[in-house]
Amino acid sequence: MTDVLAVGGRRRLASGGQIDRSQPLRFEWDGESLYGFRGDTLASALLANGIDVVGHGIYTGRPRGIVAAGADEPNAFVQVLSGPAPEPMVQATRIELFDGLRAAPLAGIGRLTAADDRGRFDKRYVHTDVLVVGGGPAGLAAALAAAEMNARVMLVEDDHEVGGSLLGVVETIDGEPALDWVGAAADALERAPEVRVLTRTTALGLYDHGYAVLAERRTPHPDERGRGAVEGRLWHVRARQIVLATGAHERPIVFSGNDRPGVMLAGAAVAYATRFAVGPGERAVVFTTHDGGHEAAAALVSAGIEVTEVVDARAGDVVVATEGDPGLTGVTVARLDDDRRVHGPTREVACDLLAVTGGWSPVTQLWTHTRGTVRWSEDVGAFVPDRPNGPHHAAGAANGTFGVEEGLREGAATGARAAHLAGFGDGSARVMPSPAADRAATSKASGRLLWHVPPIDGDWSQHFVDLQRDAGLDEIIRAADAGLRSVEHVKRYTTIGTAVDQGKTSGLVSAAIAAFLTDQSVATSGLTTARPPYVPASVALLAGRDRGDLHDPTRLTSIHAQHVALGAVMEDAGQWKRPRYFPHPGESMDDAVLRECAAARTTVAVMDASTLGKIDVQGPDAGEFLDRIYTNRFSNLRVGACRYGVMCRTDGMVFDDGVTSRLSDDRFHMTTTTGNAAAVLDWLEEWLQTEWPHLRVRCTSVTEQWAVVAVVGPRSRDVLGMLAPDLDVTASAFPFMTWRDAVVAGIPARVFRISFSGELAYEINVGTSQGPAIWDAVLEAGRPYGITPYGLEAMHVLRAEKGYPIVGQETDGTVTPQDLGMDWIVSKAKPFLGSRSHRRSDTSRTDRRQLVGLLPLDPDALIPEGAQLVDNEDDAIPIPMVGYVTSSYRSAALGRTFALALVKGGRQRIGDVVHAPQEDRTIPATITSSVLFDPENTRRDGVPA
Amino acid sequence: MLLIACPWCGPRDEVEFRYGGQAHVAYPADPEAATDEEWAGYLFLRDNPKGSWAERWVHTAGCRRWFNAVRDTVTHEISETYPAGRAPSGHAAGGQPAPSQQPA
Repeated sequence: MTDVLAVGGRRRLASGGQIDRSQPLRFEWDGESLYGFRGDTLASALLANGIDVVGHGIYTGRPRGIVAAGADEPNAFVQVLSGPAPEPMVQATRIELFDGLRAAPLAGIGRLTAADDRGRFDKRYVHTDVLVVGGGPAGLAAALAAAEMNARVMLVEDDHEVGGSLLGVVETIDGEPALDWVGAAADALERAPEVRVLTRTTALGLYDHGYAVLAERRTPHPDERGRGAVEGRLWHVRARQIVLATGAHERPIVFSGNDRPGVMLAGAAVAYATRFAVGPGERAVVFTTHDGGHEAAAALVSAGIEVTEVVDARAGDVVVATEGDPGLTGVTVARLDDDRRVHGPTREVACDLLAVTGGWSPVTQLWTHTRGTVRWSEDVGAFVPDRPNGPHHAAGAANGTFGVEEGLREGAATGARAAHLAGFGDGSARVMPSPAADRAATSKASGRLLWHVPPIDGDWSQHFVDLQRDAGLDEIIRAADAGLRSVEHVKRYTTIGTAVDQGKTSGLVSAAIAAFLTDQSVATSGLTTARPPYVPASVALLAGRDRGDLHDPTRLTSIHAQHVALGAVMEDAGQWKRPRYFPHPGESMDDAVLRECAAARTTVAVMDASTLGKIDVQGPDAGEFLDRIYTNRFSNLRVGACRYGVMCRTDGMVFDDGVTSRLSDDRFHMTTTTGNAAAVLDWLEEWLQTEWPHLRVRCTSVTEQWAVVAVVGPRSRDVLGMLAPDLDVTASAFPFMTWRDAVVAGIPARVFRISFSGELAYEINVGTSQGPAIWDAVLEAGRPYGITPYGLEAMHVLRAEKGYPIVGQETDGTVTPQDLGMDWIVSKAKPFLGSRSHRRSDTSRTDRRQLVGLLPLDPDALIPEGAQLVDNEDDAIPIPMVGYVTSSYRSAALGRTFALALVKGGRQRIGDVVHAPQEDRTIPATITSSVLFDPENTRRDGVPA
Repeated sequence: MLLIACPWCGPRDEVEFRYGGQAHVAYPADPEAATDEEWAGYLFLRDNPKGSWAERWVHTAGCRRWFNAVRDTVTHEISETYPAGRAPSGHAAGGQPAPSQQPA
């Protein structure tokens, strides 16, 4: 490896290109060690090393080569093996070569890794006046013009350097080589204080009101990377104005054997030859429909590649077949008449490169992301931007304006206009670059529209349209024969355009052929809808730092450390972490829950209830307000008393429940379910602001200001009494459903005598910071009684034994208080939110699902929650469903399993047997009242020891 | 992502807001007096125009105030935002009560 040229690959041209021949880079392709140069892409380095085949058709298995040089590449999707995590499905044309890169081909489908992705990604949220997408001549001119007006400008370029179509060309701008102009433009932008240029950055999507999301890849070269650099960055940009200078994609022509390695887009062939100094072939044929093909031929020749023939469709010559295995060795040329029929004489032309150009399509994907419209341009032979939806402007080739001079002028004018609309300058560009005007302005426009060439032998099976989906023109014929006319239907029927490349080369071609086959005009049948992302984005990039512990905020109560120390198994309750149960060593969950429940029913148990939603409702009209919110009345609640309440949505369905206490005439302490705390506050504020602004009420969340310890069980009074010697805890002095301020364990506290288990119970509220102290004090005071910490699971069992529903478990937004058997709490004497709905015909039905209890005939059989219930499992299918199970547990108090269920007309069916069919058996159960334990409420004042 | 001008906080990203459906659909003064049809109209029936209409938003992650916006449902252009309880300053921008709730 002494010869630097040999190092760069056998197809490396002797001179030219924007590569640094002094920096050879070693890389590995499919296990083989190869070399390229700094400035290469993986695609150019593969071509330089003579690697023609980079993959195979996913269905046909036919070998496939590199077709394009940018984001439009349909074949060279590779698996990147090096780096922090293997990355599947990356275009070799967009992978910058670096030392140590390892990659391999893949057959249509990438492989995800099971290992953790160690790559680090982050996000930036920025504002700018003018965002310019695309760093070609039009984009550079636009950015310069906007920067001239002192607007804040962002210029983003997908490639690792700006220049776009000027990279590798020989023309001049302002009398200097084009690349010098590019360099000067980049320098000027770099110096401008309010300009940010991001290379290796792709606009994934445009959204409403000037929003754009960009994906930035960090440089792969170690010498350019700072310490601790991230792999990539997602930019969220809010721009006042957006200039789309996204260029154009070259279109292939569909003919038999057009997928053979060696068939390449002409512009790509030129880019490889001139920018990367790689000969994609040694003997080329150019197949064109317009003048651009001749320019491409000239560029190839000047790069030292032999061009044996330019097959020009305008002269009636077309390529009808290709030969070679696997790489191209020759093409067959025939005549195409004006009626689109091919005929002889045919002739064979030997070549190993067929450079094809069927015209250029402006890149309008971003333009249409926000439903900007496009229109067919006969001049361009493609769709061009029409009406924007948003502060969007297209310039240069993206606007159907081809040619360097025109692109520069339009770019500068558009940049100035965008700056003006953003509030900078008068709208006219001060400096207008002047390229040598020796290049035909319309060179990239299509001369003759030719989408496909019929086969000379009648065989349509090798006319490939979407190379990545491995789908051909015969698929479009089948779609047309099946009667499909809409391009959207054809897309889904044929899969053409649905692959990772989203039809960048195949979309318009497919739409035009489908229109042709169905006697429509592509001008009116149109294009399929483009949606973000413009190029694939990794989930790791989208996630950024929002992974692991940072994925979602975690809310911990002040007593969390105590639970962990006690060995609690934690459970997610919304964003809260709550103890599920506290297992003793070797104990199963079932055993632990039975033990915890037994403690609450026989002696005393303790739970951290801090997560309960708490809202401070204040104001002279607070009572009236709560009367409207709750189904029952609160305005007549005495100070010092508590009341259970249910609130409904206006449709009459249960929304939330909880105990609310009156602290003073104009102040209530409302509690909500843990999961609904924020939604209830939103609900209260909505009504106060939008319908009842005259009510003098303010609501404040105090959930996080209070730590709550529930002390539950027949011995709870003894525990509280010990801790609060100054508090009279006798049943007459501190009755059920009242609250008292007291000093508990030396800590100022508010104690509520409420119960979610049916047992004598107290909920001790203290300032959040005192949570651990009160928890420890309660555990210590309860030690003589065997006080037992319990978790959510036991809490659920205890309340279910009493038939207390849990909002979101027994209810699902279709359940009324009456369905739950709570008519007693629904006031008939006052209106409330939802009251009118309880008189609707639907809510008055007698066959509504009602909450009942279920006792399986086998007292050891546990019906899975969610199980559907039927009357008779032998009924004809479909068997009518009579209801479903909402909660199901083993009960220590009942000595058996039980369940709660919503059953049609259930309260009229007490004693009936229903069946819960399971995969392997059916569980029969008897319908009972939903209250299975202590229906007379004899225990809430305590039971003698 | 929409850019929504909260009448109190100024232009903010859509993620700070929660949507509240059609604006100017008043809660009936006396729901109990409403016929089934009128009540169902309030509960379930809303306009769904193609074009400009008035809708409710609340600045959940900001000032927590409810307000109204006139938005074009095709282009998403927001031509006006204004506090709850006021009428849009522009021409009749949709958002009329559903026919069933209009006073007879």
